Amino acid sequence: MPVNVRIVQGLQEAAEILAADRGARLLGGGTLLVRDINEGVMTEGTLLRALDPVLLAINAGGARIELGAGVTMAMVLANRDLSYLHAPARGIGGPAVRTTATIGGNLFASTPYGDFTTALLALDAVVTLHAGFGGARVMPLEEMLTNRARGGVGLVISVGFNRPAGADAFRFLKVARVRPKGISVLSIAAHLPQNAGRISGARIAYGAMGPTPLRAKAVERVLEGRGLDAATIAAAKTAALEGTQPATDAIASEWYRREVLPVHLGRLLAGETS
Amino acid sequence: MLEFRKDLFADERDDNLHVIGKGEQRQDMLGHVTGRTRFFDDHGFDGLLHLKVVRSPHHHARIRSIDVSAAERAPGVKRVIRAQDVPVNRNTLLSLIGFGKDDEPTLAVDKVRYKGEPIVAVIADSEPEAMAAAKLVRVSYDPLPTVFDVQEALKPGAVVVNETYPGNYFEYHDKYDHQKLRFGDVEAAFRTADHVIEERYQMSPIEHASTETNGTIAAPETNDRYVVHSCAQGLFFSLGTTAKILALESNRLHFIGGTVGGGFGGKVDSLTEPLAVLGAILTGRPVRYVLGREEEMQFGSPRGAERHVIKDGVMRDGRIVARQITSYFDAGAYTRLTSYGVVKCVAHMPGPYTIPNVRGDAYCVFTNRVPATAMRGFGVTGVDFSIEVQMDKLAHLVGIDPMEFRILNAYRDGDMKAHRRVAHNTALIECVQVAAQKSNWALSETARRASSLSGGGGPRAAIPPTVTDESGRIGRPETRQAPPQLTPGAAAPLPAYQAPPAVPVHQPPHQPVPPLPNYPSQPAGAAPLPPVPTPPVPAPPAPPQHGAARFSSVFTRRR
Amino acid sequence: MARMPVQFRLNGSDRAVFVEPAETLLGTIRRGLGDFAPKFGCGQGTCGVCTVLVDGEPRLGCLTLSVTCEGRSIETASGLADGPTLHPLQAAFMEHFAAQCGFCTPGMLMAAKALLDRNPDPTRVEVVEAIAGNVCRCTGYEPIINAILAAAQQRGARRA
Ligand SMILES: Cc1cc2nc3c(=O)[nH]c(=O)nc-3n(C[C@H](O)[C@H](O)[C@H](O)COP(=O)(O)OP(=O)(O)OC[C@H]3O[C@@H](n4cnc5c(N)ncnc54)[C@H](O)[C@@H]3O)c2cc1C
Ligand code: FES
Ligand code: FES
Repeated sequence: MPVNVRIVQGLQEAAEILAADRGARLLGGGTLLVRDINEGVMTEGTLLRALDPVLLAINAGGARIELGAGVTMAMVLANRDLSYLHAPARGIGGPAVRTTATIGGNLFASTPYGDFTTALLALDAVVTLHAGFGGARVMPLEEMLTNRARGGVGLVISVGFNRPAGADAFRFLKVARVRPKGISVLSIAAHLPQNAGRISGARIAYGAMGPTPLRAKAVERVLEGRGLDAATIAAAKTAALEGTQPATDAIASEWYRREVLPVHLGRLLAGETS
Repeated sequence: MLEFRKDLFADERDDNLHVIGKGEQRQDMLGHVTGRTRFFDDHGFDGLLHLKVVRSPHHHARIRSIDVSAAERAPGVKRVIRAQDVPVNRNTLLSLIGFGKDDEPTLAVDKVRYKGEPIVAVIADSEPEAMAAAKLVRVSYDPLPTVFDVQEALKPGAVVVNETYPGNYFEYHDKYDHQKLRFGDVEAAFRTADHVIEERYQMSPIEHASTETNGTIAAPETNDRYVVHSCAQGLFFSLGTTAKILALESNRLHFIGGTVGGGFGGKVDSLTEPLAVLGAILTGRPVRYVLGREEEMQFGSPRGAERHVIKDGVMRDGRIVARQITSYFDAGAYTRLTSYGVVKCVAHMPGPYTIPNVRGDAYCVFTNRVPATAMRGFGVTGVDFSIEVQMDKLAHLVGIDPMEFRILNAYRDGDMKAHRRVAHNTALIECVQVAAQKSNWALSETARRASSLSGGGGPRAAIPPTVTDESGRIGRPETRQAPPQLTPGAAAPLPAYQAPPAVPVHQPPHQPVPPLPNYPSQPAGAAPLPPVPTPPVPAPPAPPQHGAARFSSVFTRRR
Repeated sequence: MARMPVQFRLNGSDRAVFVEPAETLLGTIRRGLGDFAPKFGCGQGTCGVCTVLVDGEPRLGCLTLSVTCEGRSIETASGLADGPTLHPLQAAFMEHFAAQCGFCTPGMLMAAKALLDRNPDPTRVEVVEAIAGNVCRCTGYEPIINAILAAAQQRGARRA
């Protein structure tokens, strides 16, 4: 049985098919799914295309941001209110990948992919999951990623987060060996709201440093309540590797990733562009 | 930007040329920019079938059984091809010019020798159906021990990769386990050199990664012929290979190609042509066999890995007096073209330098890696890289500027090369001078005035008495240490080596040369003398008949 | 598996085809409709030789399912020239020797067209960014970048 495609209007119907058929996958942009078909990795099953416009909704003007799971990287880049997310969106593939790759698909992309998700993690994002009969369930992104590692998440409708505190409060760095387009050696996102020169509510997230994007909680603890001076940055670098579990792949070895992460974290915190 | 230096070699060149030196539009350019250029895959056929192969997941294993019954019943499948369906299921590419033994099956028979080796081909109505059916082929294996390192593979008792060559080496001249070059007496020269250094260089396999992957469409044509749209870089080479493997008269094959979406050497192995044509014969329908990118990266033949060990003797004044190079080419599991790359490598020893004593030994070694093939500068890139890094190290060692060091040792017109050919149109000195000038690199007056047209020949044209040996006889690895014998020089006995007009020892303008404690320098006379050669004195060497010359008519294209 | 009907515009003409459900746009354009300008180089999104425009946006034909292109307008390199008159990008690619084997050229041209249609006067950095998803293994990127910049300049000159 070759791969089938079903086109459905509503999310309810999509969710029902996904729940009933273990071989069914929701089609985002397809940059990962179609590649699996082309390479013969996926030779059977169903792709589900959901046309519900809620998946494409962008609510970016206010303090609370909501982005549909079907929003593409190109749509993020075209939206001026989302300028703080332009760096992670621009980091994904070339222009023709970005017109196709969705936020929803990025949440499921396996390491070393997941750069946009890394940015969302540092923004303390939540995901809205379809929960049957028009209902929805909101879950912290971190929890969703833990569930993903165990398999079985369900249908993601959107992601939500608060607009970052200020222009300089959100930083993103992608380290790649091929420029301008290359797969990540690693990526780092940092949300560093400051109050009278002291950081409060620091969020640091890494991409490609574990099986899913992950929070650097030890670094967050170091930063909390301190200013971004040399001593703080040095302490952050010392704590940088705690909780990481990088892999060796075609892009970099596990050793290399560990070796360079503290250096890049230090630069990001110091505001040096590398 | 391109610049023609009219001042150099002005009298060797005709300047009234119509094309060279002028900008000319490529004849295929309009087709390229309008998207009308037809590559092998850009041909429509009704009823086109698609072929996919089942590949070995093991680097080395005995095949216990192959079960294709489920694949044959799968939706859309038109035909499954197995090893016994291939008329001549054993070939080596250069058999077309009588070089080497048939050693590679189109589809593996009782053993797989590298990961990715094709075992069964499945032909179906669509590509997805062919891929799905290929997954249903059941092959059971007994994994075998593997060898991946060239020097390990050469050891007596190593795992035998390819039974056609049980010593894991290609056999040269039906006599030796490697290709040799002998000129002068390196051992004697090492004993009198001021410094002797030995360094090891190696290079990993490199994938050509042309944007078009390997592939073929073959279709029945009128009068029992087959039309073949091929990606091959050497169309008639591929036609001959396909005709041999399928036991067809070559006039039953109508190959169309020459429009290659990038090759760089990666499209000379006929990876897809024979099976596509066989598929068309067996199904009576057009068959398309195209490698996916992952297949191409993992299993399309790369430039193979190489290792070069270079030992040099150099005098304090910068003259290199002896060079010994031992090279190992990793062919992977089958010969393909590596045997020829080795010959080219030896043809490039000892680099573009006049060195009075040279010894070269190059091995084409079989391991359980993906078979290697040609790539740009085939056989030459690795050894030349190694030689040039070595030149920098030597220059450093004797405290001479690296550019001047090259000018000092460069061959000049009229010099005798180690291959017993007189050097012509050498021009290396001028190249170095221009490079130095372009990069604002200060050269001494002497180096600036040096010329490839003067200072060569004369005593530098002599063939020295040469030490030969019977080391590395096929099947006798213990002879790799065979004692040398002296062969008199073809011309006068070796005259004292004449240095070109002396270049003053470089006064480093950039930075002082630090001492190099790591380079072992051998005190003169420390090594024991080799056994004195005993009569009978062998006959003078036969007129030079170098392998590279034999092949040059076949391989005149740059790859 | 039932084949599915799809209609879209290809280089200005309306086309209707039946496709396999999971068939890629690249497959449909090439084997279904006989326009062989876009190429297959990887099927993984990594080489860009399959680049086409869908409603003016650059898309990878190999990763786009045909059934998602219902009602869209698709452009390939075959539609660039206006009869015998070459598009400025085509002329500039010829002039600047921006192709050797030519396999990347149709995709490269479409990536460049997507850029110039949106940004008629790009900087060099923007050109590099626009073709970042397109691999060329023969020509080297310099002649290609120069050709795209020259085409932009020439179009600008014509508008002025
Ligand atoms: C050349 C190239 C370069 C790339 N570079 C990068 C890079 O630098 N960084 C990076 O992060 N990624 C990269 N990617 C990977 C990929 O393009 C992105 O991660 C993209 O965001 C995936 O989204 P998609 O919509 O295409 O996913 P799809 O292929 O459509 O889906 C991927 C998975 O997510 C699931 N899914 C999608 N949407 C939902 C949803 N709403 N609910 C539940 N499940 C869902 C699908 O079922 C599938 O299992 C690259 C890909 C290519 C081809
Ligand atoms: S074939 Fe589509 S990107 Fe390579
Ligand atoms: S011209 Fe050959 S890949 Fe670009």
